[in-house]
Amino acid sequence: MSIRSVLLSSAVVLGALPAAAQDVSCPIKVGVLHSLSGTMAISETTLKDAMLMLVEQQNEAGGVLGCELEAVVVDPASDWPLFAEKARELLSVHEVDVIFGNWTSVSRKSVLPVIEELNGLLFYPVQYEGEESSKNVFYTGAAPNQQAIPAVDYFLEELGVEKFALLGTDYVYPRTTNNILESYLKDAGIADEDIFVNYTPFGHSDWSTIVSDVIELGSDGSQVGVISTINGDANVGFYKELAAQNVSADDIPVVAFSVGEEELSGLDTSNLEGHLAAWNYFMSADTEANAEFIAAWQDFIGSEDRVTNDPMEAHYIGFNMWVNAVEEAGTTDVDAVRQAMWGQEFPNLTGGTAVMGTNHHLAKPVLIGEIRADGQFDIITQTDPVPGDAWTDFLPESAVLESDWQELECGMYNTETDTCVQIKSNY
Amino acid sequence: MAVSESLPLRPTPRPATAPSTWVFLGALAVFTLVVTVMASQGMISTAFVKTLGKTLCLMLAAVAMDVVWGYTGILSLGHMAFFGLGGYMIGMWLMYARTENIVAPALAQQPLPPTQDEIRDAIGSQIFGVVGASDFPLVWMFSHSLVAQLALVVLVPGLLALVFGWLAFRSRVTGVYLSILTQAMTLALALYLFQNDSGLRGNNGLSGLQNIPGYEQVPQATISLWFLWASALALALGYLLFAWVVSGKMGSVLRAVRDDEARVRFLGYHVEGFKLFAFTLTAVVTGIAGALYYPQAGIINPAEIAPIASIYLAVWVAIGGRGRLYGAAIGAALVSLLSSWFTGGGAPDINLGVYTVQWTDWWLVLLGLSFVCVTLFAPKGIGGLVDLVQARRVPDRQGDYGPDKGAKRQEEGRE
Amino acid sequence: MRRLFLALALCLFAPTAVVAQDLQSILQTHADEVADPGRRSVGVVIDDLLAAGLPNAPDFLAAWQDRDIVRDTADGRFYRAGRTSDGQITLIDLDTGAETMVPEDRVEEVRPNGGVRRVLGGALVRFRLSDPAPEVRREALTSIARRPDADQIEPLTQSIPDEPVAAIRAEKERLRNILIARFGETTEARVEAIEGLGGTVSSDARAALSQILETEERVAATLPDDVNVARILTPGEDISRVEAYGRLVDEGLAPARVSDAALRDALIAAIEDGTVAGVPVETLDTDAARRDAYVTLAEAGEVPPFVTEEEVDAALADHVFFAAYDEDDPAITDAARETLEAVDLRVGAAQTADLALDALSLASIYFLAAIGLAITFGVMGVINMAHGEFIMMGAYTGYVVQQFVPDYTLSLVIALPLAFLVAGAAGIAMERLVIRHLYHRPLETLLATFGISIALQQLAKNIFGTQARPLTAPGWLDGQWVLNELVGISYIRIAIFVLAALFLGLLLFILNRTRLGLEVRAVTQNPGMAASMGIDPDRINMATFGIGSGIAGIAGVAIGLYAQVTSEMGANYIVQSFMTVVVGGVGNVWGTLAGAGLIGVLQKLIESLNPSNTLAAQTYMILFIIVFIQFRPRGIVALRGRAAGD
Repeated sequence: MSIRSVLLSSAVVLGALPAAAQDVSCPIKVGVLHSLSGTMAISETTLKDAMLMLVEQQNEAGGVLGCELEAVVVDPASDWPLFAEKARELLSVHEVDVIFGNWTSVSRKSVLPVIEELNGLLFYPVQYEGEESSKNVFYTGAAPNQQAIPAVDYFLEELGVEKFALLGTDYVYPRTTNNILESYLKDAGIADEDIFVNYTPFGHSDWSTIVSDVIELGSDGSQVGVISTINGDANVGFYKELAAQNVSADDIPVVAFSVGEEELSGLDTSNLEGHLAAWNYFMSADTEANAEFIAAWQDFIGSEDRVTNDPMEAHYIGFNMWVNAVEEAGTTDVDAVRQAMWGQEFPNLTGGTAVMGTNHHLAKPVLIGEIRADGQFDIITQTDPVPGDAWTDFLPESAVLESDWQELECGMYNTETDTCVQIKSNY
Repeated sequence: MAVSESLPLRPTPRPATAPSTWVFLGALAVFTLVVTVMASQGMISTAFVKTLGKTLCLMLAAVAMDVVWGYTGILSLGHMAFFGLGGYMIGMWLMYARTENIVAPALAQQPLPPTQDEIRDAIGSQIFGVVGASDFPLVWMFSHSLVAQLALVVLVPGLLALVFGWLAFRSRVTGVYLSILTQAMTLALALYLFQNDSGLRGNNGLSGLQNIPGYEQVPQATISLWFLWASALALALGYLLFAWVVSGKMGSVLRAVRDDEARVRFLGYHVEGFKLFAFTLTAVVTGIAGALYYPQAGIINPAEIAPIASIYLAVWVAIGGRGRLYGAAIGAALVSLLSSWFTGGGAPDINLGVYTVQWTDWWLVLLGLSFVCVTLFAPKGIGGLVDLVQARRVPDRQGDYGPDKGAKRQEEGRE
Repeated sequence: MRRLFLALALCLFAPTAVVAQDLQSILQTHADEVADPGRRSVGVVIDDLLAAGLPNAPDFLAAWQDRDIVRDTADGRFYRAGRTSDGQITLIDLDTGAETMVPEDRVEEVRPNGGVRRVLGGALVRFRLSDPAPEVRREALTSIARRPDADQIEPLTQSIPDEPVAAIRAEKERLRNILIARFGETTEARVEAIEGLGGTVSSDARAALSQILETEERVAATLPDDVNVARILTPGEDISRVEAYGRLVDEGLAPARVSDAALRDALIAAIEDGTVAGVPVETLDTDAARRDAYVTLAEAGEVPPFVTEEEVDAALADHVFFAAYDEDDPAITDAARETLEAVDLRVGAAQTADLALDALSLASIYFLAAIGLAITFGVMGVINMAHGEFIMMGAYTGYVVQQFVPDYTLSLVIALPLAFLVAGAAGIAMERLVIRHLYHRPLETLLATFGISIALQQLAKNIFGTQARPLTAPGWLDGQWVLNELVGISYIRIAIFVLAALFLGLLLFILNRTRLGLEVRAVTQNPGMAASMGIDPDRINMATFGIGSGIAGIAGVAIGLYAQVTSEMGANYIVQSFMTVVVGGVGNVWGTLAGAGLIGVLQKLIESLNPSNTLAAQTYMILFIIVFIQFRPRGIVALRGRAAGD
């Protein structure tokens, strides 16, 4: 109460604050919901640091609506139920105005009901399987049509791959992505028996048989390509086995969707040269904005060795869009900010401009890179910006669905029956 | 020998009527009341009420674990599997009914009224669309019925425990072998559930369980209190049930099985029957605890069933003090709450000058080491403090054998 | 010399050289394509270059393939890249070889992708087949093997007589045979070539055979005479009835069935004033009601009628479904089929052998991981839940050593004994500090060691981070031992196998031939009696624990070489290790060996039955073990007599 009256009086005295400042209670709180311990800590801690850096930069630039930003960091400890608990804590105890967080799909699904119940705002920065569009979530990572489909197109068009091995860790992202890809490949004329699908547990280490199976696929002279949605540590053993069985990128190219700069730093990359990855951002992107971002990051973290990666760029875009949307709306009120987010534009670090669609997904360019010996990527193609598609066009159940929060006010709209299936998202 | 000598002299206090039972139940009632009042005054957040409610469920599971381990001497490393199964069973209904409430009205707007199959298919593609499937697997056949799923909460853990226990006890697997076998069972179940093909949404598990179908308009603050009351009631009833089980003749036989299985068998008791009874009953109660826990947690997935969870359950019981029901309950409450306090960033960092101890990083080290210390120096756990206060030893814990010095030593060692 | 030769070769194959142009001007006409080539479109550039008959064209293509070509953004010309120094790059003119220095940021690298590079490799084949350098010729042959093409027969045939290296010559002849089998001109030549492919399991030969045997599934009213029929498909057996009927519909030979969606759409279209064909819409909430309404509509002639089962049967009976070879000559397909059948038999055998090798390798890994556990479990009846963390400790020791000793071979030589010492010392410390006090309480040992396990795991996370750390094998362990194209096993796995065998031998020697072994066996069988015979069980316990933990450390290095080093790697192996010990039988080296063998073979067997789901394989394996314990509660090799306890 007192803070508010102080603010009000100071607003009157200074007269410099925007008119809408009475809708804002300073400081504006930014919740950071990333695991700082447990299995996901390695990936998510980096994102927490990136958020702290962005908040610090924004404060140096004068904050938002004349208010300081305050980052509220909590640790959900890679424990999925704990994500829901911490999200509730952020929204109801700390009363944050926005949350940046989550990595795994299951943690997002855990948080969704809480965010929707309490009408919070979440920015989700990681490439994911799609098939979702929540009123309260902005997806700044890639949907399958912004990563997987272009990569498969590259395989089909540029590398002339005729047989596909879809290898993935057994969880929802690979499962859904591979389902979409299978259907897409069949549409592209690849026969059922030319698609080999395999799922392995997290942290799988015994890859010899699977790699042999993949090589065997090519025994009829077809060009084989591997689409890898293998997650985390298991990649180490997988790439080691590829090298051990003398599989070079020329024989069997591998395109990975979950291997970025951060993951490669745990690997001896000399054997991986030429294998591919598809992302919306590579650290090696040659632009001025990127150079600045990398310098700021390495300066903030105090190490020249730290790399930047795709989810960091997603947070960078998401955070700046949110700042602009708040300035535009003149308030941190979720509904107002949400509406201001639609059509929000911000330059990518890789060049071009990202645009937030009314389905809460970004339009971003897709980059395909080849692994270099130094653990970085050579960007070999970069597409025009691709609008993120919440519901894939390549699965029959999803093809009829559409998300548009502006016109249809619905995240799951059945265009066949012209009904909104549900307002809340499916979790 | 020591046990049998002491029995006629000083009869074992019957825990069902023992003062500790009434103290515990009274404390539970007061606690529930206080939390209710504080929550309705807005002094504690909904998130914290949920944490407390979940803790009560964990306490119930720990009490059950104490009966099977502390009293019967079976170190089961699989009870959290039953806990999770209970959660899955209720979760299936929660998901189905919630989705039905969403889908049915949407379908009703179509030009043609939907058929039952269409509704079911639409629910299926809603629930499984998330994990890249759309058809209902067989395991969901009863999911539309609350009554059936409630029955399954009891039946599925019960049957699994019965079959597994029957196989294991029949072939006289005991001691550490049995522990490892139960761990294997847990691992197999977790690995199975991790598969998408298991039909229970694989790694994603069942989510959104905090939304109770039919009560969508009730705020979570209220629902969290309902579940707190339900959990407290379940804990009270479970405590009473187990206090009754471990007292009287049944309790004596169970403890005798723990202390020397072979002798009890020679005395003509059907040891396997008693063990199976304790194993199955505790599994059922643990399943019920799980069914109350997961609607408060909001999500259940296979990681909850991983072997480590069951080991933590044993850790709670050991730290709280085996062989006394309130000990297990205290241990579970204390360690799980401390754990969330430490990992939640509640504990202040310690700056040692050269190195800052961040508890999110060091809490597990502390827990592990304190666990070793408890095992080494205070085998009676926190509950042992009660003995200090009362300045006497509990009679049923005398002799060379018994949990204070460990259960029968050489048999376990060799088998 | 080489250039001269290439020029000569070029004259041979491009006799119709057009007007002489220089290379750069040809490139400039296709500048965009050269700068950013695509697999499908790059052919034009290559054709133009070769058609011009320039002597430096092959060199340019090779440089392009090797990504040595850069483009000067100032004038858009292409150069070969030379050395770079101080931000300056040397550009070498493609035609004259003149060198110029320009700032590095002015040039743009031309990066052909993998697909384009393969096309370039294909175009270069003819120049490389007779290249003086053997490795270039080998590369050219690999190119042919990857992309067999009818045009390659002639240059390949011509290069064979002059081939000096016998091995390459044999390879050339083999490839020529494959090419003739597929693209030969006369039936006799092809059949002969096909029969020549019989004795090999090489993938390119099999590829040629299966490409000859490619079929297309078709349907017709009667079997046509002019096709080479592979087999007749019976609906309901070879293809499902639904699929067969679907094909008829696709071919326009039968009316489509009314699908549920079509039925619904038809009903919706027919809604008038809340009724469909006189039936109120609200009552159409069952399939039966909908069908009735549809039938009414159909009778009124407003919608096509249902296709009845009888009509489907009749339609299926009226047509013949068959698969026809793309190759029209039955003599060739017959020969190819026979040869492929023979080859497939060999392939099956080879694959089984490969699987067996994989199983053996897995078994040796399990053995290494479990043997330490088996010893401590057997001798002391103590379950050491922290065993997995000793494995992890060993692996991290290897990682740390590599940070200080950059030579991978040397670091491995240091890491192995050091891992043994580190893990062994940790084991002894744990035994002295904790386990010794709990010998009479085995269940509590289990829990106490679990406490140590979580503490150690978290400690490792705090020190090394949660990210996987690299443990790189020395170069001589790279690659694999290849028996033939199908049977191969990586050298790392062989090394692990050797290591496991070594420790098996060592343990057997220690246990059976040394004083220490005698005492260990005595304590295992009867600690009380052993103590009264003057053996100090304390010392024995300490020694066993040290050895057991030490071997776990070695196992850690071995596992780290082929998989990832993380703080959780121990936890991944601990349950498997328990299973190995329990299945094998406690307290016996042979038992552990049998257990590891059984589990390794079983896991690979289940995996091969269901290759798409490795997780399911693990689940079934554990279930099998639970059942197995029912029948042999004491494991495969059970101790007999007094040692067995009761």
